[in-house]
Amino acid sequence: MANVSMTVNGRSVSGQCEDRTLLVQFIRENLGLTGTHVGCDTSQCGACVVHVDGKAVKSCTMLAAQADGSEVVTIEGLASGGELHPVQAAFREHHGLQCGFCTPGMIMSAVDMIQRHGGRLDEKTVRQELEGNICRCTGYHNIVKAVLDAASKMGDGTKVAAE
Amino acid sequence: MGMEGIGARVARKEDKRFITGKGRYTDDMVVPGMKHAHFIRSPHAHAKIKSIDTSAAEKMPGVIGILNGAQLAEDAIGNIICGWMIHSKDGTPMNMGAWRPLAQDTVRYVGDAVAIVVADSKTQARDAAEAVVVDYETLPVVTSAIEALKDGAPQLHPEAKNNLIFDWEIGDSAATDAAIASAAHVTEMKVINNRLVPNPMEPRAALGVYDEGEDHYTLWTTSQNPHVARLVLSAFYNVAPENKLRVIAPDVGGGFGSKIYIYPEEIVCLWASKRTGVPVKWNSDRTEAFLTDAHGRDHVSTVKMAFDADNRITGFKVDTIANLGAYMSLFSSSVPTYLYATLLSGQYNIPNIHANVRTVYTNTVPVDAYRGAGRPEATYLVERTMETAARELGVSPAELRKTNFVREFPHQTPVIMCYDAGDFEASLNAAMDASDYAGFAARKEEAKSRGKLRGIGMSCYIEACGIAPSAAVGSLGAGVGLWESAEVRVNAVGTVEVLTGSHSHGQGHETTFAQLVADRFGVGIDTVSIVHGDTDKVQMGMGTYGSRSGAVGMSAVVKALDKVEIKAKKLAAHLLEADESDIVIENGELKVAGTDKSVPWFQMALAAYTAHNMPEGMEPGLKEGAFYDPSNFTFPAGCYICEVEVDPETGKTEIIQFVAADDFGKIINPMIVEGQVHGGVAQGIGQALLEGTHYDAETGQLLTASYMDYTMPRADDLPSFQISTTETACPSNPLGIKGCGEAGAIGSPPALINAITDAIGNNDLTMPATPQRVWAALGSAK
Repeated sequence: MANVSMTVNGRSVSGQCEDRTLLVQFIRENLGLTGTHVGCDTSQCGACVVHVDGKAVKSCTMLAAQADGSEVVTIEGLASGGELHPVQAAFREHHGLQCGFCTPGMIMSAVDMIQRHGGRLDEKTVRQELEGNICRCTGYHNIVKAVLDAASKMGDGTKVAAE
Repeated sequence: MGMEGIGARVARKEDKRFITGKGRYTDDMVVPGMKHAHFIRSPHAHAKIKSIDTSAAEKMPGVIGILNGAQLAEDAIGNIICGWMIHSKDGTPMNMGAWRPLAQDTVRYVGDAVAIVVADSKTQARDAAEAVVVDYETLPVVTSAIEALKDGAPQLHPEAKNNLIFDWEIGDSAATDAAIASAAHVTEMKVINNRLVPNPMEPRAALGVYDEGEDHYTLWTTSQNPHVARLVLSAFYNVAPENKLRVIAPDVGGGFGSKIYIYPEEIVCLWASKRTGVPVKWNSDRTEAFLTDAHGRDHVSTVKMAFDADNRITGFKVDTIANLGAYMSLFSSSVPTYLYATLLSGQYNIPNIHANVRTVYTNTVPVDAYRGAGRPEATYLVERTMETAARELGVSPAELRKTNFVREFPHQTPVIMCYDAGDFEASLNAAMDASDYAGFAARKEEAKSRGKLRGIGMSCYIEACGIAPSAAVGSLGAGVGLWESAEVRVNAVGTVEVLTGSHSHGQGHETTFAQLVADRFGVGIDTVSIVHGDTDKVQMGMGTYGSRSGAVGMSAVVKALDKVEIKAKKLAAHLLEADESDIVIENGELKVAGTDKSVPWFQMALAAYTAHNMPEGMEPGLKEGAFYDPSNFTFPAGCYICEVEVDPETGKTEIIQFVAADDFGKIINPMIVEGQVHGGVAQGIGQALLEGTHYDAETGQLLTASYMDYTMPRADDLPSFQISTTETACPSNPLGIKGCGEAGAIGSPPALINAITDAIGNNDLTMPATPQRVWAALGSAK
């Protein structure tokens, strides 16, 4: 058994889990944060993407023990003070989700993508960057629109933050 | 239409919980004392079970119980049913073999469930399952339907000689043969419709809870139709009587047909909860989903289409072999028959049609309805044949279609369907304009200068959805009615709850159904709640599949709203001392037309519940229900045009543009309709270009059972889509709407394959058109 401590959505948490426990299992089962989803078992679908120390990570590819001491943000921690994150707002505005199952991972990947590229994203880049996130409902059309719109709205601020 | 009424592009009410991680899916549910199940599945495609030894596993940490088919039989749990009876052309009923929820003597596909381990944790259940020893005696395997029909093939079920389930026909064989014999031209093709795995992103899950004190069962499940699940679980599987069983389908992460059916896992979790005395939860992993979710399509067909000297179609003859897998799933028999061959007239006047369909058992995952269900298979035949015929006849694909379009409605086809409304040329013209079809030749030349092969293809589809009326489908063999129910409750403060038997698993009902109420009563959609997915809350309903929620589900809501409106107006007239025929409802008020007299909506509602001042004989309260049974199917139709560039060096296809022009009749929320088309088209492109389901013919192993092997469409495989709509109202429902959920998946595959075959100059190309196949087809092109 491993003792694991980390900061999740700004809150210090700790727990005991089997050594083989994946980060996604720790988040869902130990912490009860069920917004992070599991859609496959080969790290292909991206439904489980969270941010670990500021980077998008598929939480099914990492053991909970490996995240010991890390700063983790899940979909539940993205909005601040009741205010939706611009990417969340853009997904709603552009109908970038249908069943909602891939959505948390999509949004966490999109936030990371925009942080890395700032306002310089174009459609082709967004489509390539979303390669690790599978959606079966939307055909990606409106997800791409939402990411581009959020990127243009966030552009300047994220460039500063990234530099 | 108002800001939130019919036709308004309203952002979805349900989105907030999904974008903040607060959706509640079945696997998110936790109940006190909950334990975890792992299913032990056959690793063999065909084998006898000689023994199951659980002695070592039972001693493993955390194990609560290990159950198998023998115990299931002790409790008289029933066999899995097929709910649509088909008779062969000789009059005999279909040859259905038994499907036990846990196999007892024989396993028939890789993934067939054999036993279940219930343990404290998922990992303990999985570890213990590894220690269960099942001794199998392997049997010969067959995975191809054509091979399975041959003499000497391995036999799956004693009931089905030569693995033939039924040999069915529709239409006039002799007249069609005569038309072909006297034709000026006949186009012949062999067409394969590839097997697909539905892959909703949420894997299936079930949580069964038995309450000993009440002798009551609750099942949380990933279902598109929780009431149908309850009905079948009680009436056929003998798990619990209906009044002692609550089925809840909370947020469901996509279905596409695969979550219609009541699978072994749901039956077994519910039963195991009573047997072990603990709540039992199971959650499928992705490979398990590949191995157990009902697959789609898998047809092999030969077609002959006859034309006269004026290029008019005179006959269409189809012979199809459909692979139904190892067992007959719930609606598997209807898909390659009444949902398929009845659409073989396409958008065209075809005087003579005949189709023969043989369905076959093989050692593969059961096949059932997947987005489109039979209609994509029919459309693929018709539209690939039309495009090929145009090439053979030397006329443009558009002209050949225009020559043969149905132009007068109603139009009775020779294969049951009576098309009620449409304007096929309008959608063809819209798609040709949007794609600049006329400018294609120049684009092809330009591509050639870069060493690329450019092609363009079209598909003019028609489909039948909102399947109905109940009496008609009953006469064709359906075991259920296909109506829908609704209840509209106006609360004492004027807020509204709509209880619907439709189920949303991505379609946005919480928004669109509320738009109907906003449109009718002028109240904001935030004051309207849509209640669905719980058999304890909602009256009996039939659920969501076959693009029925709009045409059938919403029509039931309209019918209930009509009743509420009548009572509300009566009450308002009484309160305002006016004649009820003078009352109009506008902007949340009930007004006397032409006067300044009015009563706010909420005040009328309160008056209904205080009941201090009611018209004589009126009952207190304001709540009305309705059951709606449509008079006909709806017939969405449209034209899709796809333009591609093929790299002759690699065979790789790039989609340059994809244009859709659909006629969905009246549209409630264009944003949501567009989303349905995007998703449907993406799945159709997936079928045509990427998604191949491969079995090893020797062993029956599914070789494409993960996202490492089965190519799901990703964002960089697809273009942005250009979509538009034309409108002819559907006359058979009060809203004039036609279903839009499946059209994209129905219409798109032939458009894409027609484009690639145009580019490479070879009509012989099989889906999915992988670079390897395209490259090979290029090599053999004349």
